[in-house]
Amino acid sequence: MKASNALWKERLAGKIDEALAKEVDTFEMEIELRKQGKVDEKVFAETRLRRGTYGQRYDNGQRHDGTESKKLPFEEKLTKGPMTAWDAPGMQRIKIPYGGLNPEQLEVLADLAEEYSDSIAHITTRQDVQLHFVHIEDTPSVMRRLAAAKITTREACGNSVRNVTGCPFAGVCRDEPFDVTPYARALAMFLLGHPDAQNFGRKFKPAFSGCAQHACGLTAMHDVGYTAVVRTVDGKEERGFCMVVGGGLGSVPYQAKVFEEFLPLNELLPTVQAIAKVFGKHGEKKVRSRARLKFLVADWGLEKFKAEVAAERKKLAPDPRWTSMLPKADLEDETPLKPPGEMPSLGNDERLQHWARTNLREQRQAGYVVATLALPLGDITANQLRDLADIARKFTKGTVRATVEQNLVLRWVSKADVVELYKALSAAKLAAPGASNIQDIVACPGTDTCKLGISSSRGLAAELRGRLVAKGTALDRAIQDLHIKISGCFNSCGQHHISDIGFYGVSRTVSGFRVPHFQVILGGQWEENAGSYGLPIIAIPSKRIPDAVERITAHYLKHRQPDERFTKYVRRVGKGPIRELLEPLTKDLPDPAKDATLFSDWGDPRQYSIGDIGKGECAGEVVSAYEFATTEAERMVFAAQLKLDAGDAQKAGEEAYAAMKMAAKALVQLQYDDVTDDAQEVADEFKERFYDTKVFFDPFAGGKFADYYFAAHEKRGQKFTAEFAKYTIEEAQLFIEAVHSCYNKLRTEGIGTKP
Amino acid sequence: MSDLQHINVKIGLANESKLDGERVVEIFHGWISKQASPDEGVLIDVADYRHVPEGPGILLVGLHADFGLDYADGRAGLRYNRKGAVGGDNAKRFKQALSAAARACAKLEEETKGGLKFARDGFDLTVNDRALAPNAPETFTKHKAELEAFAAALGGGSVERLNAGEPRRLFGARITLKKPLDLAKA
Ligand code: SF4
Repeated sequence: MKASNALWKERLAGKIDEALAKEVDTFEMEIELRKQGKVDEKVFAETRLRRGTYGQRYDNGQRHDGTESKKLPFEEKLTKGPMTAWDAPGMQRIKIPYGGLNPEQLEVLADLAEEYSDSIAHITTRQDVQLHFVHIEDTPSVMRRLAAAKITTREACGNSVRNVTGCPFAGVCRDEPFDVTPYARALAMFLLGHPDAQNFGRKFKPAFSGCAQHACGLTAMHDVGYTAVVRTVDGKEERGFCMVVGGGLGSVPYQAKVFEEFLPLNELLPTVQAIAKVFGKHGEKKVRSRARLKFLVADWGLEKFKAEVAAERKKLAPDPRWTSMLPKADLEDETPLKPPGEMPSLGNDERLQHWARTNLREQRQAGYVVATLALPLGDITANQLRDLADIARKFTKGTVRATVEQNLVLRWVSKADVVELYKALSAAKLAAPGASNIQDIVACPGTDTCKLGISSSRGLAAELRGRLVAKGTALDRAIQDLHIKISGCFNSCGQHHISDIGFYGVSRTVSGFRVPHFQVILGGQWEENAGSYGLPIIAIPSKRIPDAVERITAHYLKHRQPDERFTKYVRRVGKGPIRELLEPLTKDLPDPAKDATLFSDWGDPRQYSIGDIGKGECAGEVVSAYEFATTEAERMVFAAQLKLDAGDAQKAGEEAYAAMKMAAKALVQLQYDDVTDDAQEVADEFKERFYDTKVFFDPFAGGKFADYYFAAHEKRGQKFTAEFAKYTIEEAQLFIEAVHSCYNKLRTEGIGTKP
Repeated sequence: MSDLQHINVKIGLANESKLDGERVVEIFHGWISKQASPDEGVLIDVADYRHVPEGPGILLVGLHADFGLDYADGRAGLRYNRKGAVGGDNAKRFKQALSAAARACAKLEEETKGGLKFARDGFDLTVNDRALAPNAPETFTKHKAELEAFAAALGGGSVERLNAGEPRRLFGARITLKKPLDLAKA
């Protein structure tokens, strides 16, 4: 803990917006009360989460060193939440609405990263900044210093309105009808701490985009998404938004649905307020896994949801801020520092040419470009942040934004300055080419710092990035243009569903040992604001993923039709042949005693939880039966996907349910050989043995995945629409993963007796 | 004399070309497993930032202090970052940070069987707290005598201000020693 915390409080007194200062004082007091045992740990956990103060891996005081789980000798008994040691370092998330940053804010972030964290600021896929390894008692100082730079961490986590994201090119993009920035800002300010947005069962994520065709805003995967549109009424142009609701990635991704084709500007704030009220009143509160808005919209259907929102809207007492917070029409949000210019000659410098081709984007305003700083894994050092602040001041009026691809962009660069800018960025080691290309990999924190991580998303990303950067421009342009996104688990923080090639972490047991794997997801669409989601193909050992990428890209190059995009190629070729291509990578794993490479994860020399594997009571033949049955269940999920691709939603849905039943039965059979194939019996036995006893429960997700199975079981006779079948397939895949986890746990703790 | 806390010491790597990052990651994991911290504190995790140019490199994160094979400013070296407060006076805190850094270097030299070699001719000392030590000429004037006394206790040497003219960077000094630093005894 810092010795200077009291000094900062004194020094910044009167220099922070009063409301922000009060909030931080209150939080500091809550910390004190918790230390005195006067606040319950669960209440304190939600309190700190709402201020962006998150837990981090190992904060339960346990760490596996590859052979056994060991206790970390934290000093005190005090906790900052259930199973969360007080002293354990945590993550501080910092909300940056629409990613907008100025040089003074960059400098503050630099100082905080250096003094309270590990000298790294991490840009997230939702345009936040995260600092890791921060002590809870330092967080009030962090918040005060941020508040002095007009940044708040309020509602950066917890069941609240999260960062309002927005297209980083808003205001300078050629394809937008108008700049969404001031509206994103208005919505963020309006909802921050709004009394109608305090009673959610889960988080609520809004996003803005300037156009429908590009990916910058990713509106389709948000709880509420706004795309700028203009219509003409009586010869007069009117601005508004196409508003969508009920989207979200998470374990099972949902595409948002159009709520209003044209929402007039003056309805922006009252409508979101009404939605917040409906979500607060009717959204699920008890079952966390069903508590996002997407489930309410899906359960009710869009029409009922719209009717409820309309009814709520009518009841709202008029609020002058609905209009006063909106910008004056045509007010320029940003202006340039330098006059527009012509693009200079780039000479023979190949790296500069490569950078100019991949990292510069023409602005709508002639003579200006936006430069993208491709940050490796979204990381930037404190020194680089300061250098960037200087560069932003020298070339622009400090117009910087974070992007959903974990990069930063510098807007309003005069074309005449491009070469000078490149030199300045190079000196700061910020001129890596390949922005938004295959090497610009997006990855969530994964096992590095996230408590839920299963496989090392950042380790894999670093490895792939290293290999792809080395190949550089030698890669075919069609390959360079692909996107790779990686999540450490099914929760999708790395947005693997909306990538050409996506991965999420899973684990498998091979010959009695756990092996880190990644599920391969192909065919997601990044464009059109995350226009469609990819589906799982096959799980492959982590260390063989680079080979998988080689195989997939080589096949694409060889078999693509002229100018065929990857998503279309996957659809045309079909998932079956691609699975066949990758299947050999799942076979012939070496004996770990002779070659342990596959049994540890990227960047982590520890044997991958090998110490968890004990001798269970299971007989060899039962294990074989289990492995056989779950392999078959995985094949069935895949077959269900193929059926869906072929347009047979009914068969696809039925097959996905059958796969769940097969996996559930595999677990039941470990304890009860005589279970029949009867669907009701399998469900009942599964419930009694694994659900009611909580044996199947995940420490974080609880019984969520079993709920998927039970819901599919209940609905098994119903008609499957394409959408319903798709969700059932996703849920079947996740249920099978959970069966694998449960099986691993059973092997460690003992299978239990057979009645 | 005002209290300085959160002292950082960076001891340069003399043979950077021989650096095997994978081996260092492995060694740091081993220290966590045995809870064998060079400063006897609690060790928690390894963070690998080798993908970031001139960044914190390979970081061994602890509760009260971090040890890192750091690449900041383009110079590789072992950086000790004291996060928790240390009792006593500034001289004691300088010594605590240097001892911890030096012991970590000695341990790394030993466990890499000479693969890593650290410089003995001096080190950088910085104060990772802008409120306690703003990077201004007055701060240097105020603490110069203490820093010189510290150098003298190590057998004499020169003290030169670091990051002068860069007020946003951390306050600190480069201490160049006359006598080679004894890593095991520092
Ligand atoms: S996807 Fe999973 S591992 Fe990655 S940050 Fe989200 S919860 Fe953690």
